[in-house]
Amino acid sequence: MAAPQVFPIAQVPLTTHAFSPDRSQVAVSLNNNDAQIYTRHGQEWTLTETLSEHDKLITSIDWAPQSNRIVTASQDRNAYVWSQSPDPSTGQLVWKPTLVLLRINRAATYVRWSPREDKFAVASGARAICICSFDEENNWWVARLIKKPIRSTVLSVDWHPNNVLLAAGSADMKARVFSAYIKDVDKRPLPSVWGEKLPFNTLCGEFASPSGGWVHSVAFSPSGDLLAFASHDSSITVVYPDASGAHGLINIKGSTLPYLTLIWTAEDAIVAAGHDCQPVLFKGGPEGWAMTASLDDATSTPRSAGGSPKPGVPPRNAGGVGRLNSAAFNTFRNADTRGGINPGGPTLASPGGVGVESEIMTVHQNTITAVRPYEHGANGEVTKVSTTGLDGKLVIWSVNAGAAGLAARLGGVHLR
Amino acid sequence: MSNVLRPYLAAVRLTLTAALTLENFSSQVVERHNKPEIEAARSPEVLLNPLTISRNENERVLIEPSVNSIRVSIKIKQADEIERILCHKFTRFMMQRAENFVVLRRKPVAGYDISFLITNFHSESMLKHKIVDFIILFMEDVDKEISEMKLSLNARARIVAESYLTAFG
Repeated sequence: MAAPQVFPIAQVPLTTHAFSPDRSQVAVSLNNNDAQIYTRHGQEWTLTETLSEHDKLITSIDWAPQSNRIVTASQDRNAYVWSQSPDPSTGQLVWKPTLVLLRINRAATYVRWSPREDKFAVASGARAICICSFDEENNWWVARLIKKPIRSTVLSVDWHPNNVLLAAGSADMKARVFSAYIKDVDKRPLPSVWGEKLPFNTLCGEFASPSGGWVHSVAFSPSGDLLAFASHDSSITVVYPDASGAHGLINIKGSTLPYLTLIWTAEDAIVAAGHDCQPVLFKGGPEGWAMTASLDDATSTPRSAGGSPKPGVPPRNAGGVGRLNSAAFNTFRNADTRGGINPGGPTLASPGGVGVESEIMTVHQNTITAVRPYEHGANGEVTKVSTTGLDGKLVIWSVNAGAAGLAARLGGVHLR
Repeated sequence: MSNVLRPYLAAVRLTLTAALTLENFSSQVVERHNKPEIEAARSPEVLLNPLTISRNENERVLIEPSVNSIRVSIKIKQADEIERILCHKFTRFMMQRAENFVVLRRKPVAGYDISFLITNFHSESMLKHKIVDFIILFMEDVDKEISEMKLSLNARARIVAESYLTAFG
């Protein structure tokens, strides 16, 4: 597994990020009302453009890979679609916003382009999801709202590859699958495991994890036949849909802090990240799922090759016990090396009662807010993912995608 | 640190770490507002169950988590009248200067001596585990501080009494 590439973009939190189609630029929001586009020059990212139209915090950005348009959503209840057009006076390409009529009266929380990029979905705190399509006559984007049966803020959405179905996770502790079929835009979709007749606003399924919890993130698998969601009870649930309506659920309980974001890297692999500050890889199938590895693996990754670490971040101890190298470990080490006798509790120890200092031994020093696919392999599986966190870092990780990854590694070994 | 205090603080530390899983959450009730949900308490689905960790009947911690904020309230040990007065003065002094302490609440929750309000903006601008460290350190220090103040108060009272009584001696 190659070392992660660490780019300290800012000293402030990065709420979200979206890469350009060719991965040479990234749009991020520095926890404020501007979306900023950084361009890569070697190992450095430099600010090239600022998209400022919103007047409150930008919550989500998505960059359409084929049509090269950016959509931003903000807590000021608005969304804008940005497209590049030549400036009439200088001829340079500039990003121009297009108005989106969202018709919501609360914050927009999440936005995603549909796979064909003729629609996008905006989740909102108005207990609604806006499905926006372009209105040629007026040159703006109009929204149709999915309202029922959502009962709280929608925290995330994800599109099915057929461009019609939409999954949504919300703070009322449910993940749902809706139809976002718009007559003028979409062709009639083929029947899938989620249902056959799919007029707009059909509820195809409603799922909750066994112990509840706000659903922070939802994602369809690459084929669209499976759904995964991360909820605040630190668990990930994979849904195996059934045409009869008796959907199968596999719940993977985690022992760490809750995950905020997840993506599928292959049909049998999920990468999830969140408050635990490290992305983890889950693998499995219909017979069961399990967490296999953390991408932020201190023991197998050479630390020195980790890009350009932020100054001031202490060097990471590759031999540390556990990820949170808390005071307990230090106390035991002190007791061992210096002969001190002040054994600590399981997580708390402080010789003399002062200096209770814990330290996180992960690349990200704070919550990871977004994980996105960065690079795809030959078979369509995701080989690299990118994450941004509240610590202002952008990190690109390589995913050891099981058999494919193993084959790739074995491919490098010459057998003679 | 006594052996009884250690598991108590360990429990508080673990609970705080789990509760400090906050995110930016705009109000569902008032448009364009972003308020700590634990204080607004207008959307019941974003509040989690409050939790009390109690060392004994007069030392306990109440942790009330929500989607974008948590409220930590501490009941400080007060064995006698002097400690009660000292604790009251001490917490009042701190809470009058709450803005310098960033995460301190200006008023304690009913039944507690001092409250902290930690929002997602605090956990974004500061490292989360350092906030937990700060609360634990505060809990450790406040008992020590008050017992030291009590000792010096008693010592001073003795000196004053002695020098007063020497006039009659």
